Amino acid sequence: MSNVYTIRRGKDIQLEGVPANQVLGTAIGSTVAVKPNDFKGIKPKLEVKSGDEVKAGDVLFHDKNRPEIKFTSPVSGEVAEIVRGDRRAILEIRVLADKEIKHKAFDTNADIKSLLLESGLWVGITQRPYGTIANPEDRPKAIHISTFDSAPLAQDNSFIAEGEEANFAKGVEALKKLTDGDVHLNHKHGSTNAGFTSVANAVHNEFKGPHPAGLPGIQIHHIDAINKGEVVWTLTVQTVIYIGRLLNGGKVDMRKRVALSGSEITESGYVETISGTAINALIDGRTTSGNNRIISGNVLTGENIGANGYLGFFDNVVTVIPEGDQYEFMGWLIPTYPRPTISNSFPIFKYLKKRFKVNTNLHGEERAFVVTGQYEKVLPMDIMPVQLLKAILAQDLEAMENLGIYEVIEEDLALCEFVCTSKINVQNIVRDGLTLMESEG
Amino acid sequence: MKFLRNTLDKIKPNFEKGGKLSFLHSVFDGLETFMFVPNHTTKSGTHIRDGIDLKRTMFIVVLALIPCTLFGMWNIGYQHSIATGVTNGWFDNFLYGFLQTLPIIVVSYGVGLGIEFTFCQIKGHPINEGFLVSGLLIPLCLPPDIPLWMVAIATAFAVIVGKEVFGGTGMNILNPALTARVFLYIAYPAEMSGDLVWVTGLKEGAGIVDASTGATTLGLLAAGKEMSVSAWDAFIGIIPGSFGETSALLCLLGGAFLVLTGIGSWQIMLSTILGALGMGFILNAVGGNVYYDFPAINHLLIGGFMFGAIFMATDPVSAAQTAKGKWIYGALIGILTVLIRVFNPAYPEGIMFAILFMNVMAPLIDNYVVKSNIKRRLSRVA
Repeated sequence: MSNVYTIRRGKDIQLEGVPANQVLGTAIGSTVAVKPNDFKGIKPKLEVKSGDEVKAGDVLFHDKNRPEIKFTSPVSGEVAEIVRGDRRAILEIRVLADKEIKHKAFDTNADIKSLLLESGLWVGITQRPYGTIANPEDRPKAIHISTFDSAPLAQDNSFIAEGEEANFAKGVEALKKLTDGDVHLNHKHGSTNAGFTSVANAVHNEFKGPHPAGLPGIQIHHIDAINKGEVVWTLTVQTVIYIGRLLNGGKVDMRKRVALSGSEITESGYVETISGTAINALIDGRTTSGNNRIISGNVLTGENIGANGYLGFFDNVVTVIPEGDQYEFMGWLIPTYPRPTISNSFPIFKYLKKRFKVNTNLHGEERAFVVTGQYEKVLPMDIMPVQLLKAILAQDLEAMENLGIYEVIEEDLALCEFVCTSKINVQNIVRDGLTLMESEG
Repeated sequence: MKFLRNTLDKIKPNFEKGGKLSFLHSVFDGLETFMFVPNHTTKSGTHIRDGIDLKRTMFIVVLALIPCTLFGMWNIGYQHSIATGVTNGWFDNFLYGFLQTLPIIVVSYGVGLGIEFTFCQIKGHPINEGFLVSGLLIPLCLPPDIPLWMVAIATAFAVIVGKEVFGGTGMNILNPALTARVFLYIAYPAEMSGDLVWVTGLKEGAGIVDASTGATTLGLLAAGKEMSVSAWDAFIGIIPGSFGETSALLCLLGGAFLVLTGIGSWQIMLSTILGALGMGFILNAVGGNVYYDFPAINHLLIGGFMFGAIFMATDPVSAAQTAKGKWIYGALIGILTVLIRVFNPAYPEGIMFAILFMNVMAPLIDNYVVKSNIKRRLSRVA
């Protein structure tokens, strides 16, 4: 029997381009990259240089502040290039992928913690507060895994975990050893996927309601909220599968199934590929030719990677939507095309039963904060979002702490950013607050 | 549209930094974004955004004010006709009121936007839409005979002292339109109260046949007299008063529009009305003199109560911002309005002072609501 939680506030944004549950084929880019920026608050320190040969599972770099946290290559091949950005910050470590992947062998009888650290899969464990890579010295009060993604145009987790039931169960079993509390599996209400719902060693919860019901932050808040000094870990379904594969097969196997979604995808479905793959292998010939934005992840929290970018570590979906860089005559008064909204001032768009072809236009300019009561409608937590954001802007640490900064990360407030009349960059503010809090705390 | 866009693109470089007209940058930007939603795309965070923006939000409020404005124009002509003893058709009445109020509206927008543009230009900010609403609210809450120079001073005072010194739209503590009104009320009481200012032409006295019609019901109440108009007339709004505030019916219509579009807070509107009704009933029950006995329901119909409750109290910047805070804020406005009217007849327009006072108190209310949230969250680890 599972506990059912009902989420009342939120919004399912209906967009065109839901990925069809079919596999389009296997495709791995000629290069594969690991991107330090997929992880918050780390300082990469390279362990390889251009020209080195690596196997899948070999360390590419580690975190300067916590050298035990290692990042490994998903493929075997030659390190092709270290891409640097401003002030020589490392953006990508690119590896020329072999046709046949050679794997480094791991001893599956080793202690689970050191095995995960050595294999580089530890970096897939995210901790709350702060949304950073989990600290290996912590014993979290619980571990939460959301088995569904409620974001617009997100992948179907049941489909990406198809055939991986044994690995998923093995991963959950291993995680149980890392906590004194429970491993929580949080399912979509009414889910019948036995691969998730009948896994042993876990507490099963069900969530009903609109996005953000599928976000672990929201789920934790309703199951057992995080208080000051407490630590909770979260993992994606995909990371649990990686861990299961490591324990069952003794190798780092980061193959994954990735959804192609969005209105500009012409061939809808999933591609069998690998973590960090060059994106063009997935989408070439499968998108329209217009000026498109290519997002690794979903439209609310994903990253704009461009046509030559690389898939993010945590992402199981690539979303392609048109850029909205056109002027719109009197668009604020008489919109010239349908757009998603939660505002009753567009009754036609709000109540229209259709999916929207959405673009990236801001639909207005950034303004001072004016309209009240808006964020609260899409944040199903006992947290006052506006006051929290103002505390962050004022750098008032005590107020941030009191108002719930430990419970949220950017994605939890992504819908607030979507609905904002004043076009405020909510997620950036939340991240600044978390960074400040972590450095001071 | 294409032609307009091309023209704008062609002249745009002149207004950008280094261009010869760059001192008009904000003005150009304001006009351009009025005509065209910019081609800005999301840079970080969410890749998609809701269609709503501040321009649309403010425009909806202006739309909600249109019925009150049109009716107010007609009513000014109508009241003038009664006072002068002529029988005019509705169109003549409307035309009279239109010509009487148009200069007030033009001055309010002209002065307000002029100052706003100047400030934006100096500070390098984009022009905010807030004054689109304030610029109409100011005329609507003034008497029809107000001299234009007073409108200009009051608007300047409201925009500079009421808003810009705090940092512009979104930062102000007081409702700008009421700041303008209270400024005039205190600085020039003769033009803002008494029996002669509410119907045009009474002051000059030429051709006036029935000077007694000039007093507002609030004024009469303050003088300890009975209500001279029927509650029905007060509800419809065919009574003397400020330009746009006489008709409770049309205020309610505008309010319904704001609630349906989700722009105005129904919590504030409802709690203000309930607060006034509740206080009115209590005073009715106590009874004793003409002020106490004034029927609670009539408090809602006379003066600027409905207009204030629906259009002024709900200004999201100066109102309470928390959900619970809005209820407390509204209820106290209603209660205070009736208290001021009954206990301090020297200041008949209670709602103006009530809203401004509660504007000042709103952050305090929010502070307590936030504290209770913090306390509840801390109690989880009891």
